[in-house]
Amino acid sequence: MATTYEAIATVTVGSGGAANIEFTSIPATYTDLLLMHSTRQNAGNAPSLLIKFNSSTSNFSSRYLIGSGSTASSGTSPANYAGNSDGSSNTASTFANGSIYIPNYAGSNYKSYSVDDVQENNATEAYATLIAGLWSNTAAITSITLYNASNSFVQYSTATLYGIKNS
Amino acid sequence: MPTTYEPIATTTLGSAAASVSFTSISGSYTDLVLITSAKLTSGSDDAIVRVNSDSAGNYSQTILSGTGSSAVSARGSNATKMFLDSYGWVDSTNFNVSIAHFMNYSNTTTYKTMLARGNNASSGVDAIVNLWRSTSAITSIQVLANSSTFTSGSTFTLYGIKAA
Repeated sequence: MATTYEAIATVTVGSGGAANIEFTSIPATYTDLLLMHSTRQNAGNAPSLLIKFNSSTSNFSSRYLIGSGSTASSGTSPANYAGNSDGSSNTASTFANGSIYIPNYAGSNYKSYSVDDVQENNATEAYATLIAGLWSNTAAITSITLYNASNSFVQYSTATLYGIKNS
Repeated sequence: MPTTYEPIATTTLGSAAASVSFTSISGSYTDLVLITSAKLTSGSDDAIVRVNSDSAGNYSQTILSGTGSSAVSARGSNATKMFLDSYGWVDSTNFNVSIAHFMNYSNTTTYKTMLARGNNASSGVDAIVNLWRSTSAITSIQVLANSSTFTSGSTFTLYGIKAA
């Protein structure tokens, strides 16, 4: 039986922090991709986590469902929203965690993806988020970037990209 | 290290089909994961699941959805199907992903739970818990477009997960 679920690469942010967490030169040899991440940013209260495919921030659309601890709501913006990190205003040493599943990432159809994300904070407000995302581009995904243009990721933020084969 | 995540079967439609079935599912795994990337020939519809060819009212579900403007919830009791999606329905525009987990699917003591995540960036996002009120082991899974047809290129993959 071939190995179905393989770790392609892991990025762990070092002591200087990092503006992006990026995976490049993703091979087209898998069926699906799964990105698991644990992140904290250097500023803000539950700062947004954004995503790029192939360095692009264009042609994204999404719908999200978010629970804050007191209310549940739904929205559509920002289009390349991928959940929330913890930030400097949140409980120390706490990192948000999430997964991004991308089927048929190397195909020529537009790319639908599924996001589950949790941000924890020892306070009255923290966020759990589900996102339906679409990148309306027919190119194979060869790179994935997590970022927030206003912040950087702090040390020990980490992400692993897995490749999944269906045979 | 034993392999813990294995593809059981995959179907990529070469032509339109109303349903896709996985049969003779081995009981040798702990859990099952069903990944669909599906599109319809026309319109929009829910993708649904029936197990062991049971179309009687032995299912129920709680649905939590985001529509893009509001958070909503719904219940189904004595239902004739499980749901892979609700507002994150399948449509004829894009191949949308849904993910379903069948826990402890082969035990013969408890009723079976399936957790689903439906996604459509144009219509909504769903988290759904489905229950099948049967103690039978799940040996077959049928995925259907509720009242429509999946288009060519739609893919359906069933994975088995072993606890050890």
